[in-house]
Amino acid sequence: MMSFSDFTTILPLVVLTAWACVLLLVDLLIPRNRKGITALFSALGLALTLGLTIAQLGRQGSGFNDMVVLDGFSVFVNALLLVSGLLGVALAYGYVKRMGLERGEYYTLLLFSVAGMMLMAQAADLIVVFLALELLSIPLYILAAFARPKVESEEAGLKYFLLGAFSAGFVVYGIALVYGATGTTALSGIVAAIPSSSTLMLTIGAALILVGLGFKIAAVPFHMWTPDVYQGAPSAVTAFMAAGAKVAGFSALLRIFATAFPSLGSSMSDVLWALAALTMIVGNLIAISQSDIKRLLAYSSIAHAGYILMAFVPFGNPDVRAVSVAAGLFYLVSYAITNFGAWGVVIALEKAEGRGLALDDYAGLGRKYPALAAAMTIFMLSLIGLPPTLGLVGKFYLFRAVIAGGYVGLAVIGVLTSLISAYYYLRVVVIMYMREGEPTTTSEPYLNMTTAFAALVTVIVSLVPAPLFAWASSAVLKLF
Amino acid sequence: MIPISWYLTLSAALFSIGLFGVLTRRNAIAILLGIELMLNAVNVNLAAFWRYGDVNQITGQIFAIIVFAVAAAEVAVGLALVISVYRKKNTVIAEEIDLMKW
Repeated sequence: MMSFSDFTTILPLVVLTAWACVLLLVDLLIPRNRKGITALFSALGLALTLGLTIAQLGRQGSGFNDMVVLDGFSVFVNALLLVSGLLGVALAYGYVKRMGLERGEYYTLLLFSVAGMMLMAQAADLIVVFLALELLSIPLYILAAFARPKVESEEAGLKYFLLGAFSAGFVVYGIALVYGATGTTALSGIVAAIPSSSTLMLTIGAALILVGLGFKIAAVPFHMWTPDVYQGAPSAVTAFMAAGAKVAGFSALLRIFATAFPSLGSSMSDVLWALAALTMIVGNLIAISQSDIKRLLAYSSIAHAGYILMAFVPFGNPDVRAVSVAAGLFYLVSYAITNFGAWGVVIALEKAEGRGLALDDYAGLGRKYPALAAAMTIFMLSLIGLPPTLGLVGKFYLFRAVIAGGYVGLAVIGVLTSLISAYYYLRVVVIMYMREGEPTTTSEPYLNMTTAFAALVTVIVSLVPAPLFAWASSAVLKLF
Repeated sequence: MIPISWYLTLSAALFSIGLFGVLTRRNAIAILLGIELMLNAVNVNLAAFWRYGDVNQITGQIFAIIVFAVAAAEVAVGLALVISVYRKKNTVIAEEIDLMKW
């Protein structure tokens, strides 16, 4: 039986979904040339939901027969997802108008996608994980192709869809095997049933889930779609996708593996180790040869998936699990914020017909638009992990957690690949300041606000990281 | 009763055929068919696990229904994307949809 407390467990999610459904109807009443109103309504919905999420701080519980769970982890991730949604709306507001894409569905699709991501963070049952995965992905497929009839965008949408559906097949096959091995899909039931179940089937199931979610978070060798999709999709969509889908994918991975499969830790840790190392190396090496800023950021996002994966390696080790989960969450925040800032700068320089995206188009930015160039410099430093930025603090916590887990080799690979990454990130800075050029930018209030917000957060939180890290540390998973 | 391993073998074979189709076919529609085959392999698995497990717990059945409902939603979006690409490029061959490459 459903009760009221079931709904309060997922109250923000219910409100956001209802809001999105109503907005879909309200959008019909808004004249075609004033779709900015839809954007404001969607931002209002996200802000309201963010408020409700924050109000859930410190509460714990589960609902719908333990299918969804509310804990510190889910509140933290939901808050980050909602902030990502807000930044995504702010980036899109002027961009879609400028590119001639202004249609009301954009914002409702974005809301539905955020709802899927939030459900992913609260899922405590593998069926719900699958449902949330699809709820977050299907709107993203459409959003990636939103610039139709532009061929690049359609191609991006189709590629994302084919690879996404393919990876969903792996996830759901893995879930079926786990269900077969344990007789249940509830994460709590799986833990209880593991001692008496077939280890082989369970391991194959867990591995298939890892492969499927590996596609979602763009870990090497499941990353092939990322550069094409990130390049072809409208930039505002890419910014949201890079942050949101990654956060949601990682939160699902973390919850499934840390709560349901801690007993597989010894066999899975090596696989995750290799996956993390490969992702960092391949992502950073291929990024060096990119001349298009969107592709460069796509490979950068692959590389960062590798850094975040490092936090997963010791998931089966109860002593360091708490600190590595906190470090992973902190790094997700730092990546999401920096990512939005960098994409904000990209959007400011992007022109219609896909011009303004080559690295050479950034020449002379430092002289002509010092504020924008300074912001971009901050984001590049943060992506490398240099002071005074959030990226440095994030990497510091991350490496500390990895070393505490006893994986010194992985930390060394992380540091070395960060050094390699400095080459291509700093190249952007060098082009901005050392080369002559006449760049033109578009100045839009919400875009400028987003970029400035991201830059300020990146710098200020790096100076006083303790409160955020304390929050991340208290955002523990509810274990069964 | 037929042993469960037969169903699991059937399902694994279906999944592998689907996987093979996705990896080798060049036509976007055929790739989509391969993906559908993979998802239906899952349904065979779920039904078998339900029948051979605790029959009163209908998790497997529910999950199978959810899988094909979601697959239908996914295909609706996917076919729309394919049609949209076809209108513009007059092809659904994956190798000819290759504007972006590293």
